[in-house]
Amino acid sequence: MNAPNPTIWLRHSKVTLALHPLRTARDAGARPLVLLHGRGEATPAQTPGFSEPWPGAILGLDFTGHGASTIPRGGGYTAELLMADADAALAHLGPSTLLGRGLGAYVALLLAGARPALVRGAILCDGPGLAGGGPRPTTPSIPWPAERADGRAPDPFALVDLARDVRPPDYATSFVRQATQLSGLDRPFSVCSFERPDWLAAVCEEPGVAVAPIHEALAEYARVE
Amino acid sequence: MSESVTETDGSPPSVPGARAPDRRRDVEAAGLRIAVYEWGSADAPPILFAHGGFDFARTYDAFAPIVADAGWRVVSWDQRGHGDSEHAALYNWDADARDALAVLDTIGRAPIPFLGHSKGGSVLMHLADACPHRVSKLVNIDGLPSRQRHPDVAEHERSKLLASELAGWLDHRRRAAGKQRRAADSIDDLAERRGRMNPRLSFEWLRYLASIGARRDADGWRWKLDPTLRFGGFGPWRPEWALQRLPALSVPMLGFLASVTEPMGWDTTEEILEPYRPAHAEFHTLADTGHFIHIERPRDVAERVLEFLAA
Repeated sequence: MNAPNPTIWLRHSKVTLALHPLRTARDAGARPLVLLHGRGEATPAQTPGFSEPWPGAILGLDFTGHGASTIPRGGGYTAELLMADADAALAHLGPSTLLGRGLGAYVALLLAGARPALVRGAILCDGPGLAGGGPRPTTPSIPWPAERADGRAPDPFALVDLARDVRPPDYATSFVRQATQLSGLDRPFSVCSFERPDWLAAVCEEPGVAVAPIHEALAEYARVE
Repeated sequence: MSESVTETDGSPPSVPGARAPDRRRDVEAAGLRIAVYEWGSADAPPILFAHGGFDFARTYDAFAPIVADAGWRVVSWDQRGHGDSEHAALYNWDADARDALAVLDTIGRAPIPFLGHSKGGSVLMHLADACPHRVSKLVNIDGLPSRQRHPDVAEHERSKLLASELAGWLDHRRRAAGKQRRAADSIDDLAERRGRMNPRLSFEWLRYLASIGARRDADGWRWKLDPTLRFGGFGPWRPEWALQRLPALSVPMLGFLASVTEPMGWDTTEEILEPYRPAHAEFHTLADTGHFIHIERPRDVAERVLEFLAA
Protein backbone atom coordinates (compact mmCIF):
# COMPACT_ATOMS: atom_id res chain seq x y z
CA MET A 1 0.00 0.00 0.00
CA ASN A 2 1.17 3.49 -0.83
CA ALA A 3 4.29 2.12 -2.53
CA PRO A 4 6.65 5.04 -3.14
CA ASN A 5 7.71 5.94 -6.66
CA PRO A 6 11.37 5.95 -7.63
CA THR A 7 13.56 8.91 -6.74
CA ILE A 8 12.97 12.07 -8.79
CA TRP A 9 16.21 13.63 -10.04
CA LEU A 10 16.18 17.42 -10.34
CA ARG A 11 18.81 19.61 -11.95
CA HIS A 12 19.91 22.71 -10.02
CA SER A 13 22.70 24.41 -11.96
CA LYS A 14 25.67 21.98 -11.80
CA VAL A 15 24.10 19.81 -9.10
CA THR A 16 21.64 16.90 -9.35
CA LEU A 17 19.22 16.78 -6.44
CA ALA A 18 17.38 13.71 -5.14
CA LEU A 19 13.71 14.24 -4.36
CA HIS A 20 12.42 11.09 -2.65
CA PRO A 21 8.70 10.26 -2.81
CA LEU A 22 7.98 8.68 0.59
CA ARG A 23 4.24 8.21 0.34
CA THR A 24 1.63 8.78 -2.37
CA ALA A 25 -1.37 11.11 -1.90
CA ARG A 26 -4.42 9.80 -0.06
CA ASP A 27 -6.66 12.46 -1.62
CA ALA A 28 -6.06 13.12 -5.28
CA GLY A 29 -5.47 16.83 -5.68
CA ALA A 30 -4.25 17.36 -2.10
CA ARG A 31 -1.08 19.40 -1.83
CA PRO A 32 2.31 17.69 -1.30
CA LEU A 33 4.27 17.94 1.95
CA VAL A 34 8.01 18.35 1.41
CA LEU A 35 10.42 17.37 4.20
CA LEU A 36 13.65 19.36 4.44
CA HIS A 37 16.34 17.63 6.53
CA GLY A 38 18.82 19.15 8.96
CA ARG A 39 22.55 19.86 8.58
CA GLY A 40 24.43 16.62 7.87
CA GLU A 41 21.23 14.58 7.60
CA ALA A 42 19.37 13.11 4.61
CA THR A 43 15.74 12.32 3.79
CA PRO A 44 14.51 9.53 6.10
CA ALA A 45 13.72 6.12 4.60
CA GLN A 46 10.15 6.28 5.89
CA THR A 47 7.61 8.99 6.62
CA PRO A 48 7.80 10.20 10.19
CA GLY A 49 4.81 9.09 12.30
CA PHE A 50 3.49 12.62 12.85
CA SER A 51 2.95 13.10 9.10
CA GLU A 52 0.52 10.13 8.89
CA PRO A 53 -2.71 12.26 8.68
CA TRP A 54 -1.36 14.46 5.82
CA PRO A 55 -3.75 14.03 2.85
CA GLY A 56 -1.30 14.74 0.03
CA ALA A 57 1.88 13.06 -1.16
CA ILE A 58 4.90 13.18 1.17
CA LEU A 59 8.35 13.70 -0.30
CA GLY A 60 11.82 14.50 1.05
CA LEU A 61 14.54 16.55 -0.65
CA ASP A 62 18.25 15.84 -0.17
CA PHE A 63 20.11 19.17 -0.18
CA THR A 64 23.30 19.70 -2.20
CA GLY A 65 26.13 17.74 -0.56
CA HIS A 66 23.71 15.54 1.39
CA GLY A 67 22.04 12.14 0.92
CA ALA A 68 21.88 11.00 -2.70
CA SER A 69 22.36 14.51 -4.17
CA THR A 70 25.61 15.61 -5.83
CA ILE A 71 28.63 16.15 -3.57
CA PRO A 72 30.32 19.07 -5.36
CA ARG A 73 34.05 19.78 -5.05
CA GLY A 74 35.35 22.85 -3.25
CA GLY A 75 32.61 23.77 -0.75
CA GLY A 76 31.01 27.24 -0.76
CA TYR A 77 27.63 26.42 0.80
CA THR A 78 25.10 29.04 1.89
CA ALA A 79 21.57 28.71 3.26
CA GLU A 80 20.44 30.81 0.28
CA LEU A 81 21.86 28.19 -2.10
CA LEU A 82 19.88 25.49 -0.27
CA MET A 83 16.80 27.70 -0.59
CA ALA A 84 17.31 27.46 -4.37
CA ASP A 85 17.62 23.64 -3.98
CA ALA A 86 14.20 23.62 -2.33
CA ASP A 87 12.87 25.96 -5.02
CA ALA A 88 13.89 23.35 -7.61
CA ALA A 89 11.56 20.91 -5.79
CA LEU A 90 8.73 23.46 -5.95
CA ALA A 91 9.40 24.01 -9.67
CA HIS A 92 8.68 20.29 -10.07
CA LEU A 93 5.83 19.89 -7.57
CA GLY A 94 4.00 23.21 -7.65
CA PRO A 95 2.46 24.66 -4.46
CA SER A 96 3.57 22.63 -1.42
CA THR A 97 3.74 22.73 2.34
CA LEU A 98 7.27 22.62 3.79
CA LEU A 99 8.35 20.92 6.99
CA GLY A 100 11.96 21.59 7.93
CA ARG A 101 14.24 20.24 10.63
CA GLY A 102 17.07 22.44 11.92
CA LEU A 103 18.89 23.86 8.90
CA GLY A 104 15.88 22.73 6.81
CA ALA A 105 13.61 24.86 9.02
CA TYR A 106 15.70 27.96 8.25
CA VAL A 107 15.64 27.10 4.53
CA ALA A 108 11.84 26.67 4.70
CA LEU A 109 11.57 30.13 6.25
CA LEU A 110 13.67 31.70 3.49
CA LEU A 111 11.75 29.99 0.70
CA ALA A 112 8.35 30.85 2.20
CA GLY A 113 9.38 34.52 2.02
CA ALA A 114 10.87 34.24 -1.46
CA ARG A 115 8.06 32.17 -3.05
CA PRO A 116 4.98 33.23 -1.08
CA ALA A 117 2.57 31.88 -3.71
CA LEU A 118 4.18 28.43 -3.84
CA VAL A 119 4.89 27.74 -0.17
CA ARG A 120 1.56 27.01 1.51
CA GLY A 121 2.71 26.91 5.10
CA ALA A 122 6.19 26.36 6.55
CA ILE A 123 6.60 24.22 9.68
CA LEU A 124 9.82 24.85 11.59
CA CYS A 125 11.05 22.00 13.81
CA ASP A 126 14.04 21.14 15.97
CA GLY A 127 16.97 19.51 14.20
CA PRO A 128 20.69 19.83 13.49
CA GLY A 129 21.84 23.23 12.27
CA LEU A 130 18.93 25.31 13.61
CA ALA A 131 21.19 28.04 15.01
CA GLY A 132 23.60 28.35 12.07
CA GLY A 133 26.52 30.68 12.80
CA GLY A 134 24.51 32.92 15.14
CA PRO A 135 23.16 36.45 14.70
CA ARG A 136 26.49 38.17 13.95
CA PRO A 137 29.82 37.23 12.42
CA THR A 138 32.25 35.77 14.94
CA THR A 139 36.06 35.85 14.93
CA PRO A 140 37.29 35.86 11.33
CA SER A 141 38.90 32.54 10.45
CA ILE A 142 39.47 30.34 7.42
CA PRO A 143 37.26 27.31 8.10
CA TRP A 144 38.50 23.88 7.13
CA PRO A 145 36.53 20.63 7.48
CA ALA A 146 37.37 18.24 10.29
CA GLU A 147 36.90 15.23 7.98
CA ARG A 148 38.48 14.52 4.61
CA ALA A 149 36.24 15.20 1.59
CA ASP A 150 36.08 11.79 -0.13
CA GLY A 151 32.93 12.21 -2.21
CA ARG A 152 30.64 10.62 0.36
CA ALA A 153 27.64 12.36 1.95
CA PRO A 154 27.45 14.50 3.89
CA ASP A 155 30.09 16.73 2.34
CA PRO A 156 32.47 17.85 5.12
CA PHE A 157 32.53 21.31 3.52
CA ALA A 158 28.73 21.50 3.92
CA LEU A 159 29.13 20.68 7.60
CA VAL A 160 31.66 23.46 8.16
CA ASP A 161 30.11 26.13 5.90
CA LEU A 162 26.57 25.60 7.18
CA ALA A 163 27.63 25.89 10.80
CA ARG A 164 28.92 29.41 10.09
CA ASP A 165 26.24 31.15 8.02
CA VAL A 166 25.17 34.30 9.85
CA ARG A 167 21.44 34.57 10.64
CA PRO A 168 20.55 38.08 11.83
CA PRO A 169 17.09 38.19 13.42
CA ASP A 170 15.94 41.11 11.25
CA TYR A 171 17.05 39.26 8.12
CA ALA A 172 14.89 36.28 9.16
CA THR A 173 11.90 38.48 10.01
CA SER A 174 12.07 40.23 6.61
CA PHE A 175 11.24 36.83 5.08
CA VAL A 176 8.37 36.37 7.54
CA ARG A 177 6.93 39.76 6.57
CA GLN A 178 7.06 38.95 2.89
CA ALA A 179 5.25 35.66 3.38
CA THR A 180 2.68 37.32 5.62
CA GLN A 181 2.06 40.14 3.16
CA LEU A 182 2.18 38.19 -0.07
CA SER A 183 1.05 34.59 0.60
CA GLY A 184 -2.57 35.32 1.45
CA LEU A 185 -2.24 32.94 4.43
CA ASP A 186 -3.18 34.11 7.92
CA ARG A 187 -0.36 32.17 9.50
CA PRO A 188 2.24 31.15 6.91
CA PHE A 189 4.61 29.88 9.64
CA SER A 190 4.25 27.39 12.48
CA VAL A 191 7.11 27.07 14.94
CA CYS A 192 7.25 23.66 16.64
CA SER A 193 10.80 23.74 18.01
CA PHE A 194 12.00 23.89 21.59
CA GLU A 195 15.35 25.38 20.59
CA ARG A 196 14.99 29.09 19.84
CA PRO A 197 18.16 30.65 18.44
CA ASP A 198 18.01 34.45 18.10
CA TRP A 199 16.60 34.41 14.56
CA LEU A 200 13.80 32.04 15.54
CA ALA A 201 12.96 33.88 18.76
CA ALA A 202 12.49 37.03 16.65
CA VAL A 203 10.38 35.11 14.11
CA CYS A 204 8.06 33.93 16.92
CA GLU A 205 7.30 37.57 17.81
CA GLU A 206 6.04 38.40 14.29
CA PRO A 207 2.39 38.51 13.22
CA GLY A 208 1.61 35.50 11.01
CA VAL A 209 3.66 33.07 13.07
CA ALA A 210 1.92 30.40 15.14
CA VAL A 211 3.65 28.50 17.91
CA ALA A 212 1.97 25.10 17.79
CA PRO A 213 2.66 21.37 17.95
CA ILE A 214 3.39 19.63 14.63
CA HIS A 215 0.04 17.83 14.37
CA GLU A 216 -1.88 21.11 14.71
CA ALA A 217 0.32 22.82 12.14
CA LEU A 218 -0.16 19.97 9.67
CA ALA A 219 -3.92 19.98 10.25
CA GLU A 220 -4.10 23.73 9.62
CA TYR A 221 -2.05 23.66 6.39
CA ALA A 222 -3.98 20.63 5.11
CA ARG A 223 -7.10 22.87 5.23
CA VAL A 224 -5.78 26.07 3.64
CA GLU A 225 -5.97 26.84 -0.07
CA MET B 1 47.82 21.01 -2.13
CA SER B 2 49.52 20.01 -5.40
CA GLU B 3 50.83 22.15 -8.19
CA SER B 4 52.16 21.83 -11.68
CA VAL B 5 54.19 24.42 -13.54
CA THR B 6 53.93 25.42 -17.19
CA GLU B 7 55.39 28.33 -19.12
CA THR B 8 52.89 30.85 -20.51
CA ASP B 9 52.93 31.47 -24.24
CA GLY B 10 52.41 35.26 -23.90
CA SER B 11 50.94 35.93 -27.36
CA PRO B 12 47.82 38.14 -26.99
CA PRO B 13 47.42 41.42 -28.91
CA SER B 14 49.63 43.90 -27.16
CA VAL B 15 48.94 47.27 -25.56
CA PRO B 16 51.76 49.57 -24.50
CA GLY B 17 53.09 48.63 -21.06
CA ALA B 18 51.06 45.43 -20.70
CA ARG B 19 52.99 42.20 -20.25
CA ALA B 20 51.90 38.59 -19.87
CA PRO B 21 52.96 36.83 -16.66
CA ASP B 22 56.38 35.19 -16.64
CA ARG B 23 55.08 31.96 -15.12
CA ARG B 24 51.76 30.14 -14.89
CA ARG B 25 50.95 27.17 -12.63
CA ASP B 26 47.96 25.38 -11.14
CA VAL B 27 47.17 25.02 -7.46
CA GLU B 28 44.59 22.62 -6.06
CA ALA B 29 42.35 24.37 -3.55
CA ALA B 30 39.72 22.29 -1.72
CA GLY B 31 39.63 19.97 -4.75
CA LEU B 32 39.31 22.74 -7.38
CA ARG B 33 41.95 23.70 -9.92
CA ILE B 34 43.04 27.31 -9.47
CA ALA B 35 45.18 29.10 -12.11
CA VAL B 36 48.12 31.02 -10.62
CA TYR B 37 50.30 33.62 -12.38
CA GLU B 38 53.62 35.22 -11.53
CA TRP B 39 55.45 38.28 -12.80
CA GLY B 40 59.08 39.01 -11.93
CA SER B 41 62.03 36.97 -10.72
CA ALA B 42 61.14 33.76 -8.85
CA ASP B 43 63.80 34.73 -6.27
CA ALA B 44 62.44 38.21 -5.57
CA PRO B 45 60.42 38.96 -2.41
CA PRO B 46 56.79 37.90 -3.00
CA ILE B 47 53.61 40.01 -2.94
CA LEU B 48 50.09 38.57 -3.33
CA PHE B 49 47.63 40.31 -5.72
CA ALA B 50 43.88 39.58 -5.83
CA HIS B 51 41.60 40.69 -8.69
CA GLY B 52 38.06 42.02 -8.43
CA GLY B 53 34.79 40.17 -9.01
CA PHE B 54 34.00 39.40 -12.68
CA ASP B 55 37.68 40.11 -13.53
CA PHE B 56 40.67 37.78 -13.68
CA ALA B 57 44.34 37.88 -12.63
CA ARG B 58 45.60 39.18 -15.94
CA THR B 59 43.67 42.41 -15.52
CA TYR B 60 46.97 43.15 -13.70
CA ASP B 61 48.96 42.83 -16.96
CA ALA B 62 49.57 46.59 -17.04
CA PHE B 63 50.15 47.19 -13.32
CA ALA B 64 51.96 44.04 -12.12
CA PRO B 65 54.97 44.37 -14.49
CA ILE B 66 55.81 47.79 -13.02
CA VAL B 67 55.89 46.31 -9.52
CA ALA B 68 57.80 43.23 -10.76
CA ASP B 69 60.39 45.39 -12.55
CA ALA B 70 60.99 47.22 -9.27
CA GLY B 71 62.18 43.94 -7.72
CA TRP B 72 59.06 42.06 -6.59
CA ARG B 73 57.71 38.59 -7.37
CA VAL B 74 54.01 39.29 -8.00
CA VAL B 75 51.77 36.25 -7.45
CA SER B 76 48.09 36.33 -8.39
CA TRP B 77 45.34 33.84 -9.19
CA ASP B 78 42.05 33.57 -11.05
CA GLN B 79 39.34 33.24 -8.42
CA ARG B 80 37.10 30.17 -8.73
CA GLY B 81 34.74 30.55 -11.68
CA HIS B 82 36.87 33.35 -13.14
CA GLY B 83 39.50 33.34 -15.93
CA ASP B 84 41.25 29.98 -16.35
CA SER B 85 40.35 28.57 -12.92
CA GLU B 86 37.80 25.82 -12.64
CA HIS B 87 34.11 26.69 -12.42
CA ALA B 88 32.73 25.58 -9.06
CA ALA B 89 29.27 24.31 -8.23
CA LEU B 90 29.13 26.68 -5.27
CA TYR B 91 30.50 30.13 -4.45
CA ASN B 92 30.74 31.97 -1.15
CA TRP B 93 33.03 34.16 0.87
CA ASP B 94 34.60 31.36 2.91
CA ALA B 95 35.38 29.41 -0.28
CA ASP B 96 37.15 32.43 -1.82
CA ALA B 97 39.14 32.89 1.41
CA ARG B 98 40.13 29.18 1.44
CA ASP B 99 41.27 29.45 -2.20
CA ALA B 100 43.32 32.56 -1.35
CA LEU B 101 45.00 30.75 1.53
CA ALA B 102 45.76 27.73 -0.70
CA VAL B 103 47.58 30.06 -3.12
CA LEU B 104 49.38 31.84 -0.26
CA ASP B 105 50.48 28.46 1.13
CA THR B 106 52.41 27.79 -2.11
CA ILE B 107 54.45 30.97 -1.53
CA GLY B 108 55.52 30.29 2.04
CA ARG B 109 54.63 30.79 5.69
CA ALA B 110 56.45 34.08 6.22
CA PRO B 111 54.27 37.22 6.24
CA ILE B 112 54.15 39.05 2.86
CA PRO B 113 52.36 42.13 1.50
CA PHE B 114 48.83 41.73 0.07
CA LEU B 115 47.30 43.93 -2.66
CA GLY B 116 43.71 43.60 -3.82
CA HIS B 117 41.30 45.45 -6.08
CA SER B 118 37.57 45.70 -5.34
CA LYS B 119 36.26 42.30 -4.14
CA GLY B 120 39.88 41.05 -4.16
CA GLY B 121 40.78 43.80 -1.69
CA SER B 122 37.92 42.75 0.51
CA VAL B 123 38.90 39.05 0.41
CA LEU B 124 42.49 39.92 1.34
CA MET B 125 41.35 42.17 4.20
CA HIS B 126 39.37 39.22 5.52
CA LEU B 127 42.43 36.96 5.11
CA ALA B 128 44.58 39.53 6.92
CA ASP B 129 42.05 39.62 9.74
CA ALA B 130 41.81 35.82 9.94
CA CYS B 131 45.58 35.18 9.56
CA PRO B 132 47.44 38.27 10.82
CA HIS B 133 50.66 36.23 10.97
CA ARG B 134 50.66 35.82 7.17
CA VAL B 135 50.49 39.48 6.12
CA SER B 136 53.09 42.26 6.44
CA LYS B 137 51.38 45.17 4.63
CA LEU B 138 48.02 45.70 3.00
CA VAL B 139 47.16 47.65 -0.16
CA ASN B 140 43.50 48.07 -1.06
CA ILE B 141 42.36 49.55 -4.38
CA ASP B 142 38.71 50.65 -4.19
CA GLY B 143 37.70 47.57 -2.21
CA LEU B 144 37.24 49.25 1.16
CA PRO B 145 33.89 48.69 2.81
CA SER B 146 31.01 51.10 2.44
CA ARG B 147 27.39 51.18 3.53
CA GLN B 148 25.27 50.18 0.56
CA ARG B 149 21.81 50.36 2.09
CA HIS B 150 18.49 51.91 1.15
CA PRO B 151 17.66 54.05 4.19
CA ASP B 152 15.17 56.07 2.15
CA VAL B 153 12.99 53.10 1.19
CA ALA B 154 9.91 52.63 3.38
CA GLU B 155 9.45 49.25 5.05
CA HIS B 156 6.34 48.18 3.12
CA GLU B 157 8.04 49.01 -0.17
CA ARG B 158 11.27 47.44 0.93
CA SER B 159 9.44 44.14 1.35
CA LYS B 160 8.30 44.22 -2.27
CA LEU B 161 11.76 45.21 -3.40
CA LEU B 162 13.22 42.24 -1.57
CA ALA B 163 10.48 39.99 -3.00
CA SER B 164 11.39 40.88 -6.57
CA GLU B 165 15.12 40.51 -5.85
CA LEU B 166 14.54 37.08 -4.34
CA ALA B 167 12.22 35.86 -7.09
CA GLY B 168 14.65 37.18 -9.70
CA TRP B 169 17.53 35.30 -8.13
CA LEU B 170 15.56 32.06 -7.79
CA ASP B 171 14.40 32.35 -11.42
CA HIS B 172 18.05 32.77 -12.40
CA ARG B 173 18.92 29.59 -10.43
CA ARG B 174 16.10 27.70 -12.19
CA ARG B 175 17.58 28.65 -15.55
CA ALA B 176 21.20 28.10 -14.52
CA ALA B 177 21.59 24.47 -15.71
CA GLY B 178 23.29 24.50 -19.07
CA LYS B 179 23.23 28.30 -19.13
CA GLN B 180 25.81 30.04 -21.31
CA ARG B 181 26.95 33.61 -21.55
CA ARG B 182 25.74 35.39 -24.67
CA ALA B 183 28.17 34.83 -27.54
CA ALA B 184 29.71 37.81 -29.32
CA ASP B 185 30.66 37.84 -33.00
CA SER B 186 34.16 39.06 -32.31
CA ILE B 187 36.62 40.16 -29.66
CA ASP B 188 35.73 43.74 -30.62
CA ASP B 189 32.03 43.13 -29.85
CA LEU B 190 32.90 41.63 -26.49
CA ALA B 191 35.16 44.59 -25.69
CA GLU B 192 32.41 47.01 -26.65
CA ARG B 193 29.94 45.22 -24.36
CA ARG B 194 32.42 45.32 -21.48
CA GLY B 195 32.91 49.01 -22.15
CA ARG B 196 29.35 49.66 -20.98
CA MET B 197 30.32 48.44 -17.50
CA ASN B 198 33.80 50.02 -17.65
CA PRO B 199 33.11 53.26 -19.51
CA ARG B 200 36.42 54.87 -18.53
CA LEU B 201 38.73 52.17 -19.89
CA SER B 202 40.12 52.48 -23.42
CA PHE B 203 38.76 50.28 -26.17
CA GLU B 204 42.31 49.14 -26.88
CA TRP B 205 42.66 47.88 -23.28
CA LEU B 206 39.22 46.21 -23.23
CA ARG B 207 40.09 44.47 -26.49
CA TYR B 208 43.31 43.23 -24.92
CA LEU B 209 41.42 41.96 -21.86
CA ALA B 210 38.81 40.24 -24.02
CA SER B 211 41.52 38.45 -25.97
CA ILE B 212 42.71 36.88 -22.69
CA GLY B 213 39.49 36.57 -20.71
CA ALA B 214 37.34 35.13 -23.50
CA ARG B 215 37.35 31.88 -25.43
CA ARG B 216 36.18 31.08 -28.93
CA ASP B 217 33.24 28.67 -29.19
CA ALA B 218 31.62 27.39 -32.40
CA ASP B 219 28.98 30.16 -32.22
CA GLY B 220 31.22 33.04 -31.21
CA TRP B 221 33.32 34.57 -28.38
CA ARG B 222 32.40 34.29 -24.70
CA TRP B 223 33.99 35.41 -21.44
CA LYS B 224 35.43 32.38 -19.60
CA LEU B 225 33.60 33.53 -16.46
CA ASP B 226 31.14 31.00 -15.00
CA PRO B 227 27.74 32.00 -16.44
CA THR B 228 25.99 31.13 -13.17
CA LEU B 229 27.75 34.06 -11.43
CA ARG B 230 25.48 37.06 -11.22
CA PHE B 231 25.77 40.68 -10.19
CA GLY B 232 24.02 41.97 -7.09
CA GLY B 233 21.97 39.62 -4.99
CA PHE B 234 21.04 39.46 -1.35
CA GLY B 235 22.04 37.75 1.85
CA PRO B 236 22.54 38.36 5.53
CA TRP B 237 25.93 40.08 5.23
CA ARG B 238 26.09 43.78 6.14
CA PRO B 239 28.78 46.08 4.79
CA GLU B 240 29.09 47.81 8.17
CA TRP B 241 30.39 44.59 9.72
CA ALA B 242 33.45 44.85 7.45
CA LEU B 243 33.75 48.56 8.33
CA GLN B 244 33.73 47.74 12.03
CA ARG B 245 36.59 45.29 11.54
CA LEU B 246 38.79 47.88 9.86
CA PRO B 247 40.30 49.34 13.07
CA ALA B 248 41.43 45.84 14.10
CA LEU B 249 44.01 45.67 11.31
CA SER B 250 47.46 45.96 12.81
CA VAL B 251 49.66 46.04 9.70
CA PRO B 252 50.39 49.21 7.71
CA MET B 253 47.67 49.86 5.17
CA LEU B 254 47.47 51.90 1.98
CA GLY B 255 44.04 52.50 0.46
CA PHE B 256 43.11 54.02 -2.90
CA LEU B 257 39.64 55.42 -3.51
CA ALA B 258 37.90 56.44 -6.72
CA SER B 259 36.36 59.89 -7.18
CA VAL B 260 34.11 59.04 -10.15
CA THR B 261 31.04 56.83 -9.65
CA GLU B 262 30.89 53.80 -11.96
CA PRO B 263 28.56 50.78 -12.38
CA MET B 264 31.08 48.41 -10.75
CA GLY B 265 32.35 50.94 -8.19
CA TRP B 266 31.99 50.77 -4.42
CA ASP B 267 31.43 54.49 -3.76
CA THR B 268 33.48 54.39 -0.57
CA THR B 269 34.72 57.81 0.58
CA GLU B 270 37.33 58.95 3.08
CA GLU B 271 34.49 60.47 5.17
CA ILE B 272 32.88 57.03 5.54
CA LEU B 273 36.21 55.43 6.49
CA GLU B 274 37.54 58.13 8.80
CA PRO B 275 35.95 56.91 12.09
CA TYR B 276 37.24 53.39 11.41
CA ARG B 277 40.73 54.31 10.20
CA PRO B 278 43.32 51.81 11.54
CA ALA B 279 46.39 53.23 13.31
CA HIS B 280 48.79 52.75 10.40
CA ALA B 281 46.55 53.52 7.44
CA GLU B 282 46.68 56.12 4.72
CA PHE B 283 43.93 56.63 2.17
CA HIS B 284 44.23 58.43 -1.16
CA THR B 285 41.33 59.59 -3.28
CA LEU B 286 42.46 60.04 -6.87
CA ALA B 287 40.94 62.95 -8.78
CA ASP B 288 39.11 62.17 -12.02
CA THR B 289 39.56 58.42 -11.51
CA GLY B 290 36.99 55.62 -11.63
CA HIS B 291 36.85 52.18 -10.00
CA PHE B 292 39.76 50.64 -11.97
CA ILE B 293 42.31 52.97 -10.43
CA HIS B 294 45.37 50.82 -11.18
CA ILE B 295 44.31 50.37 -14.80
CA GLU B 296 43.57 54.06 -15.34
CA ARG B 297 46.74 55.20 -13.55
CA PRO B 298 49.17 52.27 -13.33
CA ARG B 299 52.31 54.44 -12.93
CA ASP B 300 50.87 56.73 -10.22
CA VAL B 301 49.48 53.83 -8.21
CA ALA B 302 52.65 51.72 -8.60
CA GLU B 303 54.82 54.63 -7.50
CA ARG B 304 52.86 55.07 -4.25
CA VAL B 305 52.68 51.31 -3.67
CA LEU B 306 56.44 50.86 -4.13
CA GLU B 307 57.14 53.74 -1.76
CA PHE B 308 54.76 52.20 0.79
CA LEU B 309 56.38 48.75 0.43
CA ALA B 310 59.87 50.23 0.80
CA ALA B 311 59.03 52.26 3.93
